[in-house]
Amino acid sequence: MPTEILMPALSPTMTEGKLARWMVSEGDTVSSGDVLAEIETDKATMEVEAVDEGVVGKILIQADTDNVAVNTPIALLLEEGEDASAVEGFSASAAPAAPQTESAPEAASAPAPAAAEVIIEARGDAYDASGEIPAGTEMVKMSVREALRDAMAEEMRGDERVFVMGEEVAEYQGAYKVTQGLLDEFGARRVIDTPITEHGFAGIGVGAAFHGLRPIVEFMTFNFAMQAIDQIVNSAAKTRYMSGGQMESPIVFRGPNGAASRVGAQHSQCYAAWYAHVPGLIVVAPYSAADAKGLLKSAIRNPNPVVFLENEILYGQTFDVPVLDDFTVPLGKAKVARPGEDVTIVSFGMGMSYSLQAAEKLAEEGIQAEVIDLRTIRPMDMDTVLASVRKTNRCITVEEGWPQHGVGSEIAAQIMEKAFDYLDAPVIRVSGKDVPMPYAANLEKLALPSVKEVIDAVKSVTYTS
Amino acid sequence: MAPKATTTGTTTRKRRTPAKIDKEQVQKYYRDMLLIRRFEEKAGQIYGMGLIGGFCHLYIGQEAVVVGMQSTITPDDAVITSYRDHGHMLACGMDPKGVMAELTGREGGYSKGKGGSMHMFSKEKNFYGGHGIVGACVPLGTGLAFSQKYQGTNNITLCYMGDGTVNQGQVYESFNMAELWNLPVVYVIENNEYAMGTSVKRASAQTELYRRGESFNVPGEQVDGMDVFAVAEAGRKAVEWVRSGKGPYILEMKTYRYRGHSMSDPAKYRSKEEVNKKRAESDPIERVRERLLNDKVYTEDELKEIDREVKAIVAEAVEFAQESPEPHPDELMTDIVA
Repeated sequence: MPTEILMPALSPTMTEGKLARWMVSEGDTVSSGDVLAEIETDKATMEVEAVDEGVVGKILIQADTDNVAVNTPIALLLEEGEDASAVEGFSASAAPAAPQTESAPEAASAPAPAAAEVIIEARGDAYDASGEIPAGTEMVKMSVREALRDAMAEEMRGDERVFVMGEEVAEYQGAYKVTQGLLDEFGARRVIDTPITEHGFAGIGVGAAFHGLRPIVEFMTFNFAMQAIDQIVNSAAKTRYMSGGQMESPIVFRGPNGAASRVGAQHSQCYAAWYAHVPGLIVVAPYSAADAKGLLKSAIRNPNPVVFLENEILYGQTFDVPVLDDFTVPLGKAKVARPGEDVTIVSFGMGMSYSLQAAEKLAEEGIQAEVIDLRTIRPMDMDTVLASVRKTNRCITVEEGWPQHGVGSEIAAQIMEKAFDYLDAPVIRVSGKDVPMPYAANLEKLALPSVKEVIDAVKSVTYTS
Repeated sequence: MAPKATTTGTTTRKRRTPAKIDKEQVQKYYRDMLLIRRFEEKAGQIYGMGLIGGFCHLYIGQEAVVVGMQSTITPDDAVITSYRDHGHMLACGMDPKGVMAELTGREGGYSKGKGGSMHMFSKEKNFYGGHGIVGACVPLGTGLAFSQKYQGTNNITLCYMGDGTVNQGQVYESFNMAELWNLPVVYVIENNEYAMGTSVKRASAQTELYRRGESFNVPGEQVDGMDVFAVAEAGRKAVEWVRSGKGPYILEMKTYRYRGHSMSDPAKYRSKEEVNKKRAESDPIERVRERLLNDKVYTEDELKEIDREVKAIVAEAVEFAQESPEPHPDELMTDIVA
């Protein structure tokens, strides 16, 4: 049976081309790799190579033929032992249907998930965070810095695969002293100072995670992680999917995020919205020390890459932390940090600071704000947000990041899609201003959200003054 | 014996085919290289039929590099490479059916059809991809070696990259840390002379790529990458160096790809004569074939039998890759997070 040589497609978009020239004649013996013909497309002239060996039995499409459809038989190749008579009865035929359609599996006829299905989900209940700390648990005052350190130390004690790497994490005891004491307890094998080389050590961390370790990669600030964002997004986040679930990268990228104080535009950016955009990542941004501890422990145990956004100003702030052997906080669950009936304020990280202060002042004026701490930005606990909005009918969002495509923008969009009929006012976003962070003290203050802006936004959606 | 490399220096020896050859080993070289060649030719052909989409980077011409190198490691060692990866997967012992079915985007592919040509993995075979971002596999491979050392294993990593990769900054960040921390990784630079359409000369201020580790005290060596024996010999010594705890090693394999960068490459950046000359004079498979025949290790008929076997494997892979169904639509939203 002679083999048909088909008109090839030389690019994903090619449907037809010109058969310009034959480089072989009928009767020629060819072996794989030999150039058989030249074809021309609008882009280039390219060669058709033989894949099998044999004798060119018959040329079906002559040279200099325009508009030859892809997959049209252009020649017949005789196998060893066949003679020319085998080609009789074959003639140039129309191109067969594209193989994709021919072999279309039944699966293709199954309905694809429609966009609407994705959006309209079952109404979920608000998450009740009160069960995270059993009643009567002893509490201690602890800074966010210490809570983070304790979380790492506890996980490192429990799991040999966990290690910390980053700039100044070991001998210097951490640029912001978050890793203080870890070198003493765990040694240089597990607490590793890196050179200033974010792209490189982020990639090394991901490779180590592929291979079975549980790295904690500290960035001195997330501003520097932009050097490494390719490894975070392309290598860490996408590999589970691209491998059909075979590979995983259980890694935590952590460090301070957002504005500190007077460090200028290149050291003051919030990346919550950037990472939250990426499927395959978990994005966490704690506010309190207890959440910082419980969430970091969960992040280290999580089989996915987790971007853990801390805040330099919060490092030194003290909160109650439960005295428990193994205190964890689930990822992907928001917390009602302050209950209220009149308006919902949704925030995370440093934004919680403005939000809680504003709620306090608003209460004095008789407005009861419900403040929701997202804690995890992706996956976002919209059930808790929506349950609150259905109750208060009003919502504002508070974040330090820029307004366009921000976390608040996403929340506003989802509320519009899922709770439109419950709204008594448009959702308002309080955010950082749409500028690179200025250095001057007064301008920096103006560029960040403020308690007053949160109060003003609440008054606007509650139509009070 | 460890290669003659000092901590600062590099040796540049073109290795020669050894006088004595191990029959079984040579048969494996021949068979493995031929499998890659036939597989890639077939992939090129069915790409032309529209069965494979997107980008498809063929390894034809470079077979000796991966086949020679893989013969120097154990199944427990790790392998990682960039996007021209079909040859590496086959040389790692991955099933040609699963690789071809991934190329056709089918459920039976190594990544269930969700990865494609550049993104395939096999935990079982210690193949860690398949990475589409040029340069990314180098820190990742260094991380595999980090883990091997951290876990106290005696395993090593082969981290393949192309001549285009070596101009990415993260490569040097990796060289630095690998040497600093004595990580067990062999960096195999497959210098096929062109990064897409840009020749090494037009892209690299230092064209002797084996010397790219000098600033970090990583020894390097240049090897005739068209000679599987030379590759294996250099590979064995580099692997031994690395496994013995001396830190990373660089091998620059001088090789050549016959086909374009990807399927839709009009190849205007090099002459047909150049390609033909390489094929005629230094084809890695022909070289082994001639050697086998001259030394009367095999007869023409015995080699034909190997050819037939290889063809049958490839034919079976293509059949599987066409019959395996497309992934179910439900697969769209799975394997994102665990």
